[in-house]
Amino acid sequence: MAASHSTPGLIVAERQAPLWQNENVRAFALFMLSLGIFLLFWEIGAKSGWFVKGVPTATETIKEFWWWVTNPFYRNGPNDLGIGWNLLISLRRVAIGYIAASLVAVPLGILIGISPVAFKAFNPYVQLLKPISPLAWLPLGLYLLRDSEKTGIFIIFISSIWPTLINTTFGVANVNQDYLDVSKTLGASRLWTIWKVIIPAALPNIVSGLRISMGIAWLVIVAAEMLLGTGLGYFIWNEWNNLSIPNILVAIFIIGLTGLVLDSLFAALEKFVAFGRNS
Amino acid sequence: MSTAPVNVIDPVDTRSSTAQLSVRNVAKVFPGKKDLFSKLTGKTRRDFVAIQDISLDIEPNTFVSIIGPSGCGKSTLLNMIAGLSPVSGGEILLNGAPITGPGPDRGMVFQNYALMPWMTVEENLRFAVETVDPKISAKKRDRIIKEHIQLVGLTGAERKHPHELSGGMRQRVGIARALAINPQMLLMDEPFGALDALTRGFLQDEIERIWEQQRKTVIMITHSIEEALLLSDRIVMMTRGPAARIDEILEVPFPRPRNRDTIQQHPAYKGLKAEMESHLFRETRAVEAERVGG
Ligand SMILES: Nc1ncnc2c1ncn2[C@@H]1O[C@H](COP(=O)(O)OP(=O)(O)OP(=O)(O)O)[C@@H](O)[C@H]1O
Ligand SMILES: [Mg+2]
Repeated sequence: MAASHSTPGLIVAERQAPLWQNENVRAFALFMLSLGIFLLFWEIGAKSGWFVKGVPTATETIKEFWWWVTNPFYRNGPNDLGIGWNLLISLRRVAIGYIAASLVAVPLGILIGISPVAFKAFNPYVQLLKPISPLAWLPLGLYLLRDSEKTGIFIIFISSIWPTLINTTFGVANVNQDYLDVSKTLGASRLWTIWKVIIPAALPNIVSGLRISMGIAWLVIVAAEMLLGTGLGYFIWNEWNNLSIPNILVAIFIIGLTGLVLDSLFAALEKFVAFGRNS
Repeated sequence: MSTAPVNVIDPVDTRSSTAQLSVRNVAKVFPGKKDLFSKLTGKTRRDFVAIQDISLDIEPNTFVSIIGPSGCGKSTLLNMIAGLSPVSGGEILLNGAPITGPGPDRGMVFQNYALMPWMTVEENLRFAVETVDPKISAKKRDRIIKEHIQLVGLTGAERKHPHELSGGMRQRVGIARALAINPQMLLMDEPFGALDALTRGFLQDEIERIWEQQRKTVIMITHSIEEALLLSDRIVMMTRGPAARIDEILEVPFPRPRNRDTIQQHPAYKGLKAEMESHLFRETRAVEAERVGG
């Protein structure tokens, strides 16, 4: 308060700064400008045949997009579902596989992180299984589970477990020694220390692991669904068979948008658990 | 030890039966690396004798400062007293019983505060109180927390998280947390080392005021001669490492309550200050000389 009284000049200067000098305003203007140029290029290019045959114009695609988002929940048989249904189907698969993976990865990561023996014993598995492409599990999943729905969930599970597991282990194993010393000087038991100190201290790492896992799950589900049936991935595959390029573009855009929303949720959660630690 | 300084006590004579804390011939050796793998990679390291044969008795209700050149092993000694690090030789007795590990009878104040960032001020204190006494009633617990927040002058900041506080305020929380568990003694490792001069001064005055109220035994490591003179009853001066020893122990005779202006008028002030300055100067110069020579 006192500071703002003593520097009235500064305040006035700030208030009088023209709108176009604001960074956000300028960034938004640049964004809109580049988008406009892109759409214009697309429109003109498609109309005058710069691209391969069959590429839709921007206006066609936008119209198509509008139709799909205003009619999300219709149902004309399994091969003709509204995009809302397909989105929900994909989200449901991701949710089940991802939540199951997290329920395994977080406790296991905590266990591996606090015990050097467990770390040495389990690290080889993690290092071996982590680099495997999720789709490599697909045939095995289909063979073992004999069900495309379960296989999709299994693939999400197996691919989204690693980032959470690794980050949790790292966070737990690298808790600031000072916090542990505080806990020790207070005579805390091991279990109490894990619950009250180690887990909260590792929470930022755990959440960023969950965030990476969520990103991977969303990447993988689309690819997996192309080989399964129903869901956004299958929608794209189906529209490719129908040679409906605008619909494919619509689906791509919706996949990106959903990924963005999911990631922002986790970004907000990350901020919430940081308490000034990485700001 | 050659020139007769003011108020010097010979360390050997300080052994007494009334001591609350008794450090007896304590040594600390950090083991080197001599295994086959280290030999192959050429990264062997010899054993490092940080502390060799330190004996020190601390009476109840005294404020003791430890001062010495950087890297001489002050933190090592304090961590052994706290029970965070085992002794390599000798023993440390607390009320006659050897220290085997950390415990809530010794409250610790850390140089970098070591507050839990996800807990508010109040929660940091509550964590300490509940950890030490899990069965405490909510009423008693809240009273203790409130009292200690008041004691360090943090009323109003109870619901703030550490990152919202200044360094000085954070260390106030650190002190309140250490006192809230009602320890027999307080161990502080350069508690004001990370603070600016002005804040440091305020906190020193606070410590003096709180000490007058509670008169708990305190062991404080410091690099500041003025700080040691303002707060302590006795000042332990350590030699440089490796194999650091206690060089001498100064008795500080200023009457309490003290105040930084009045103690400077005391006839012993100049002599004590000069004694400490020359000790630190001598040791630090020797450290530098060894560094250049080696
Ligand atoms: N874990 C360790 N392993 C090996 N050497 C160590 C270890 N911890 C400390 N030392 C060494 O022991 C000596 C004393 O360290 P200590 O931290 O106790 O010094 P200090 O007096 O507290 O120094 P400062 O004033 O800089 O805080 C140093 O030379 C340090 O390098
Ligand atoms: Mg130190």
